[in-house]
Amino acid sequence: MELGIYSFGDVQRDAATGELGSTAQATRNLLEAIQLADQVGLDYFGIGEHHTREMPASAATVILGAAASSTSTIKLGSAVTVLSTDDPVRVYQQFATLDAVSNGRAEITAGRGSSTESFPLFGQSLNDYDELYAEKLDLLLKINESETVTWSGKFRPALNDALVVPRPERGTLPIWLATGGNPHSSVRAGLLGLPISYAIIGGQAHRFAPLADLYRRAAEQTGHGPEKIKVSVASPGFVGDDAKRAKDFFWTHWHAVMEQIGRIRGFAPPPRFHYDTEASGAGALFVGHPEEIAERIVTLHKSIGHQRQFFQTDVGQMPHRDFLRSIELLGTRVKPLVDAELGKRQRETDEATAHA
Amino acid sequence: MHKVAILGAGRVGTALARRALSAGYEVRVATSRPAADNAFMLQIVAPGAIAAGAEEAIAESDIIVLALPLSKYRTLKPELLQGKIVVDTMNYWAPTDGTLAEFEGAASSSEVVQRFLKGTRLVRSFNHMGYHEIEDAARPQGHAERRAMAVAGDDPEANLVVAAFVDRLGFDPVLSGGLASSRLFAGGTPIFGAAMTRGEMEENLGLSSENLV
Repeated sequence: MELGIYSFGDVQRDAATGELGSTAQATRNLLEAIQLADQVGLDYFGIGEHHTREMPASAATVILGAAASSTSTIKLGSAVTVLSTDDPVRVYQQFATLDAVSNGRAEITAGRGSSTESFPLFGQSLNDYDELYAEKLDLLLKINESETVTWSGKFRPALNDALVVPRPERGTLPIWLATGGNPHSSVRAGLLGLPISYAIIGGQAHRFAPLADLYRRAAEQTGHGPEKIKVSVASPGFVGDDAKRAKDFFWTHWHAVMEQIGRIRGFAPPPRFHYDTEASGAGALFVGHPEEIAERIVTLHKSIGHQRQFFQTDVGQMPHRDFLRSIELLGTRVKPLVDAELGKRQRETDEATAHA
Repeated sequence: MHKVAILGAGRVGTALARRALSAGYEVRVATSRPAADNAFMLQIVAPGAIAAGAEEAIAESDIIVLALPLSKYRTLKPELLQGKIVVDTMNYWAPTDGTLAEFEGAASSSEVVQRFLKGTRLVRSFNHMGYHEIEDAARPQGHAERRAMAVAGDDPEANLVVAAFVDRLGFDPVLSGGLASSRLFAGGTPIFGAAMTRGEMEENLGLSSENLV
């Protein structure tokens, strides 16, 4: 099981003045977080494209490119690239360049994303959302298949035998499809034979098990080999040394961001008891001490069978040191526990098979 | 009143399909795709639901649930829905779905939908609860934590039919009045996204037990 982190590059708040920190400082902090994640043995770091004062990670590949030169094994990706408002040729060139400078560690995750500021910013209409996404995904996948591309569509000029370079040394880039749980997205990823990333940010996480099943069966029916079929889970998460303190601490930051989103979208932020339900058992919020988080990841693995789980930690202007501490605990404490438990299960399965 | 058609098979549509199936309803699900395309998906995410075309699903069912994005409401065919009891679960969310001129400044999105779907008995409900809570928060009658679900419509008989549907799916129905009153539980109101018991919701809507029939 791969473990990792994703971030929208949140700015911090100055504890003394209460003012929001600078977006430039937040960008440097994000780079430091990626370096630490690599040092403590985490497998993946994703940057989710956003364009707001609180979440300024608008140029993921620049930050990931900087991270590439100061990290060694961690995979570097987007979580997500808002493909609908970008040019697939440019997206591909940037990630293929990242792939070259990181020696094959670049990944793209395409998806709708949780916010829509990029639409007015780049002059696209939200009313075209579905069409834009379908068309741009189609082009991105074509470019991944071949270095010369002939293509035509509605939203960008046609390409005629156009060369798109550099090329990834492994031949292709991993391109994941992100989904918040619409069943058609699972079918689409399965039919295309693309790895799928589930954003499980509320409710009961095991509710996604039938979707993962749907995805695998759609892929199998289409004849895609098992090596192409991968599931990842992205959730809010925070690891602290003490369970109660971790839950109280993350609550203040999670609640702050829910209030911000609620103001825009017209819903009341969930009360504490709602948070407590989701931050335990099979809930979507992975908040607690290392043993608890490891156990909950392993439990979720039994129903979803995912290959990767990664967490959004630095929400609601969380102090940078607490973000770093959570990354450290995820790598040094949670990961070994998850590896040991899933390794044990695998050995038991192998033995059972051998004796059958 | 035991046959339900759900138009839309996204997160809301499939969550409602599963709830309705476990409450014992016969459920048909239709989308803009051919029924055959949905059959495979439904077999896995809502086992027991029948994949159907919209025309068949509507004709066969007593209650029709609109579970498509509001931005797609004009793809509905009003002529198929004449005289039908139709539940509107949709919301207008310009920040994520884009601006739709006819909903800007509208008293309630359901009144706009009703004008388009002339001749249907439109009732708004389920719109103020998150899709995963429709499954996770459902409770049997009399349970102390049972949550309230607002119901608003201009056809009193249709309101009662939808109230009974809400009840069977695991929530206490609270009738707020005519369709115009559905603005009281649209986005931006205290009810939207909140967990309330029947008493709390009635108080919030300014309904006292005396003026309830």
